[in-house]
Amino acid sequence: MTILGKLIRRKLSLFGLLVICGTVLAALLAPWITPYAPDYQPFEGLTIEGAPLPPNAQFWLGTDLLGRDLFSRLVYGAQTSLVIGVVANGVSVIIGSLVGIVAGFLRGAIGAILMRFTDLMMAFPALLLAIVLSAIFKPSLWIVALVIAMVNWVQVARIMYSETVSLSERDFVEAERSIGASRTRILLRHIAPHLLSSIIVFGTLGISTTVLLEATLSYLGVGVQPPTPSWGNIVFENQTWFATAPWLVFFPGMAILTLALAFNLVGDALREILDPTMKGRH
Amino acid sequence: MNQQGASQGPVLDVRNLTTRVATAEGAKTIIDDISFQLRLGETLCVAGESGSGKSVTSLSIMGLLPSSAKVTSGEIRLDGRDLLKLSDRQMQEVRGGDVAMIFQEPMTSLNPVMTVGAQLTEAITAHHDLRGAAARAKALEALDAVRMSESKRRLLQYPHELSGGMRQRVMIAMALSGNPKVLIADEPTTALDVTIQAQILALMNDLKKDFGTAVMLITHDMGVVAEMADRVVVMNGGRIVESQAVRDLFATPKEAYTQELLAAVPQLGSTRGQKPEVKSDVPGQPAIVEIRDLTVRFDIHGGLLQRPVKRVHAVEKVSLDLFPGETLALVGESGCGKSTIGKSLANLIPWSGSIRIAGQEIAGLSSDRMQAVRRNIQLVFQDPYAALNPRMTVGELVGEPLVIHRLAQGSELTDRVAELFRRVGLDPVMMDRHPHEFSGGQRQRICIARALSLGPKVIVADESVSALDVSVQAQVLDLLGELQAELGLSYLFISHDMAVVEQISHRVAVMFLGQIVETGPRDQVFENPLHPYTRRLMDAVPIADPKRLRRDRVLPTGEIPSPIQALDYVPVIEPLIDFGSAHYATARHEVSG
Repeated sequence: MTILGKLIRRKLSLFGLLVICGTVLAALLAPWITPYAPDYQPFEGLTIEGAPLPPNAQFWLGTDLLGRDLFSRLVYGAQTSLVIGVVANGVSVIIGSLVGIVAGFLRGAIGAILMRFTDLMMAFPALLLAIVLSAIFKPSLWIVALVIAMVNWVQVARIMYSETVSLSERDFVEAERSIGASRTRILLRHIAPHLLSSIIVFGTLGISTTVLLEATLSYLGVGVQPPTPSWGNIVFENQTWFATAPWLVFFPGMAILTLALAFNLVGDALREILDPTMKGRH
Repeated sequence: MNQQGASQGPVLDVRNLTTRVATAEGAKTIIDDISFQLRLGETLCVAGESGSGKSVTSLSIMGLLPSSAKVTSGEIRLDGRDLLKLSDRQMQEVRGGDVAMIFQEPMTSLNPVMTVGAQLTEAITAHHDLRGAAARAKALEALDAVRMSESKRRLLQYPHELSGGMRQRVMIAMALSGNPKVLIADEPTTALDVTIQAQILALMNDLKKDFGTAVMLITHDMGVVAEMADRVVVMNGGRIVESQAVRDLFATPKEAYTQELLAAVPQLGSTRGQKPEVKSDVPGQPAIVEIRDLTVRFDIHGGLLQRPVKRVHAVEKVSLDLFPGETLALVGESGCGKSTIGKSLANLIPWSGSIRIAGQEIAGLSSDRMQAVRRNIQLVFQDPYAALNPRMTVGELVGEPLVIHRLAQGSELTDRVAELFRRVGLDPVMMDRHPHEFSGGQRQRICIARALSLGPKVIVADESVSALDVSVQAQVLDLLGELQAELGLSYLFISHDMAVVEQISHRVAVMFLGQIVETGPRDQVFENPLHPYTRRLMDAVPIADPKRLRRDRVLPTGEIPSPIQALDYVPVIEPLIDFGSAHYATARHEVSG
């Protein structure tokens, strides 16, 4: 059976897949499925007193402080948040894994230099770095994604390094060396597959953190620029109104939570499916 | 106390105990209706191979079963009180109080960030009304009771500063601090070296007499059973196979299973009077492996700049020859450098000196030229669970050397792997499975098949049977013997187990602190050991014969010295002296810790 088939057969991962596909579709089809443009401020979007509207028949999820339709903004925001979540996190996992695995496998001087550089990056306040980078480059969606990747790879590299080091010490790696396996073969065939589960965990767990990091950057004015919506900046724009207009925080919060959960469920299932040592234990 | 205990009823009475565990396929019975009794001042050995349910029995008694397992029926009466009916609170008081337990691995059972004294005091205050100085005094007393050297200093030390044997002494001191009626020891000496094992077993015997405790000793080692037990319960597959007094059990085992188990136990002295014979087509062939002045040292780095601070003198100027078709056993305790020699032969670690394999010097060989040498020498590791990549199928694993050396591919590869499977007694149908689907013995066969795939002349077997159950051990040893007869293989058999070595080897080399202290033909070394360390090793082996007067031998004392030395240390190389008939030993210095 294919991996996709196995994913569909499990209830939880099927749910996750459906949520992910739904979000991707919504993001792609945003202009056709939203009733309003994300930055359109209809006259009837606010009460006479100028307060935002709770969910009703016209504005399904209510309106925000400027009277914009929250549903439309969420659907458009999915575009930004997906790019940030998948691209930024993906790039950071790739960089982190490469640095960690190379350093852990080669060790010696190259490993030391790579890991000390990682330590240096770790010691640097991530937010400050992100602000500096965003200030140098003109903030745009892709720049923000890149900035987040530059900041986030550090933890991945640390974990990958220690996992690679402990794998290299395992008996079976020594056994491989004794039959004359080359270093490339040991790395690719015998060490890398064992790291897959950690990579998948980072790839999925990191998505929610990156989405929220983007929100923080937006809040500080160096993230995705308004009026472009992202799930994170919707939460941050409205958090002070939590008591009087809870829907403004609740719906985008739920969207982040559900997407992160969906990725985690799929990731978890993937990890089990790809691990042959779990065979016969399920 | 001893006599008083014997006249009373059993202190621990287990009746019809059944424990089941929840698995994906439904509940599975792992202990099936077992009953036994334990009296004060008595040692009951629960013997069995892995998976027999002996450890689960002890965990059931202690109420320490994992959450998936549950006692479903039966009674465990301690002094008439049914432990199964107690609340968690009451059970906590029983544990470490009336019933105490010692585990196999003393390092993992002690808390690494607490001093020995703090842990002992904690155990004491939990079960006695003692605080502060009084509790500390009691802790010191407990350490003295287990004959710990320099007990005052030990109280302030952390577990990692102690040797394995000392840690196990601390565990025993902790267990005894609550004055238990029953002491459960689960494989307490399995992780220890043989001379240390002998010391701990003697200590447990003394303590049983001093405190009148009832001891339940769980072990796989029939030698330990014969040394320690008053009565024996043999378990297999969750059931009690047989229960007898120790002498009767060894003299007249009733059940077939017990007979087979006892027959499989390697006995020291079993080859007495026989000359080892090497089957060789051409006698007087040159050595296939020649080791000259092999020295391996590792620096231990420390401090801020990771400078070398200490040096491990793993192997010092060792010279050995291995001839075609023979088995040379390299014997010694942990840290003596025997495994290091094996690794040097495969160029897995840096070394100095000279090693020739089939005439080819391997010092400083490029990795390309080393490939050719590797076809002549292959390794079989100790732990067949760890030595196989769990993510590959066993077929891929066995065929991998052929792929790496570009010796076969496609259907030829499959055929040759299938042939190797048959040769080691496995069904080629199993090629697509993963290592975790095999038992320990089968996995070791897979490792052997893998080592054979390149058609080597020499196999280095590093403790290759020590992780296996005795019956499986015997089968793997047989397989090694058959392969040697068929293919004319030479084995460098690295082991700590003198009884196994006697069974399989033609020649023996005894290692101590990185040097060879005695070497010679098997019959010479075993029947006329010259070096005191060799004698000490043989004396320490538990003999599976309860009729032999226990303690009719001098017990080894002291710790195994460490090969770690200061950077400026220059080792003293003891020259081997020829004692005739190819038997060599160093000058007989008393070896002491």
